[in-house]
Amino acid sequence: MMQKMYDWVDERLNITPMWRDLADHEVPEHVNPAHHFSAFVYCFGGLTFFITVIQILSGMFLSMYYVPDIINAYESVKYLQTEVAFGVIVRGMHHWGASLVIVMMFLHTLRVFFTGAYKKPRELNWVVGMLIFFVMLGLGFTGYLLPWDNTAYFATKVGLQIADTVPWVGPYLKTLLTGGEIVGAQTLTRFFAIHVFFLPGALLGLLGAHFVMIRAQGISGPL
Amino acid sequence: MSGKKEISRRTFLNYALMGTGGFLAAGMITPMIRFAIDPLLKHSAGGDKVAVGNADEFGPEPKRIDFKVHTKDGWYESETTMAAWVRKTEEGEILALSPVCKHLGCTVDWNTNPDGTKDQYFCPCHLGRYAINGENILGTPPLKPLDEYEVEVKEGKVYLGKVIPNPRQGVAG
Repeated sequence: MMQKMYDWVDERLNITPMWRDLADHEVPEHVNPAHHFSAFVYCFGGLTFFITVIQILSGMFLSMYYVPDIINAYESVKYLQTEVAFGVIVRGMHHWGASLVIVMMFLHTLRVFFTGAYKKPRELNWVVGMLIFFVMLGLGFTGYLLPWDNTAYFATKVGLQIADTVPWVGPYLKTLLTGGEIVGAQTLTRFFAIHVFFLPGALLGLLGAHFVMIRAQGISGPL
Repeated sequence: MSGKKEISRRTFLNYALMGTGGFLAAGMITPMIRFAIDPLLKHSAGGDKVAVGNADEFGPEPKRIDFKVHTKDGWYESETTMAAWVRKTEEGEILALSPVCKHLGCTVDWNTNPDGTKDQYFCPCHLGRYAINGENILGTPPLKPLDEYEVEVKEGKVYLGKVIPNPRQGVAG
C-alpha cells in the first residue's frame, strides 16, 4: 500500500534521487561510534539539531495557550501549566530543552575546535555556526521574559542594562529592545515577536546553510 | 505460512531503526498532542444554577429576565449577562426560553412583529417567528424551537441552569 503510493509519486516526480542524495552517504569510520567509541563526540551536532526540533515543536504547541500580554501572560502560563493535561511536560520540554540545546551546541563547538574541523576549506561553516550560536543565545534571552514572572522581569532588566553598555550604540540598542522607556507591555510583545518569528526564521536559514555546506564539503578527516 | 521466513540483515536493521525512531518520536509528540486536544477531553464545568426571581412573579405572559452568570474561559473569569424569557405554562411549570434565534443566532423579542402577529416571538433579522413555548412557526427561517434553560424551583425561587434543547415540535402559524 505504502509502496504503491510511493511508486505512484515516484513515477511522476522522480523523488528517489532527492532523498538518496540526502540520506545515502557514507559515515566515515572515524566518526562512527561502532568502530571507535570515542567517536560519540561527533554526535553533538546531530543532538543539537534533535533538541532544536523538540524546541520548535513544543514551542508551537505552547503558543496555543500562551498570550504575549502583561495582564494575561503569567495567567496563561499558569493555566497551561496547572490545568491543561501534560502542560507541565510540554512546558518542561521547552524549558529544559532551552538549556540543553546550549550545552549540546557548546560541546559540538568544542569537538569542532579540538578536531580542527573549522580549518580550510570549512572556515565559512565555522562562521555560520557562530551565527547560529548567537541566534540561539538570542532565543534564550527573549524566551526568558515571556512567562512574565519576577525572574523573567529582573533577568531582562539585567540583560537590557548589559546591552546599554555597548560602546556608542548601547543606549539606542537598549531603547530598541525595550520598545520604550520601561520594561513593560511593549517589551513583552517585542520579545515575543523576536522569539517566535524573527530568530526562528534566521535560525532555519542558517541551519540550512550549515547542513548544505557540510554535505558539500564532507566531514573533516581523522586526527 | 509454515516455513520459517528468513529476514535479511538489512530488513532487520530497517525495522529496528524504524521502531526505535518511531518510539522516540512518539515519546516526543504524544504529550504535545494530548496537550493540544485537551479542550476536547475536558469535562464542561456544568455551572451553578442562578436565582432569577420568585416563582409567583411569572404569569402566562413571557417576561424578560436578565441575569449574570460566572464564566470561566481558560485563565479569564468574568460575569456574562444572559437573558431569558420566562413564563408559567398551562401545566403550571416555569418555562425559561433562550432569546437566541435558532436560525442564525440573532436575539428574538416578544410581540414585536410589525406585521402584527399576536403572541409570538419575533426575530428581526430574517422574520423568524416562534409560538409562546418556543415552538418554531413552520414556514419561517428557524428549523428548531428556541432552546430552554434548565429550571429548578426551590422554596418559591426560580433558578436557571444551562441551556438545553427544547423538545417541542414546530407548529403551523
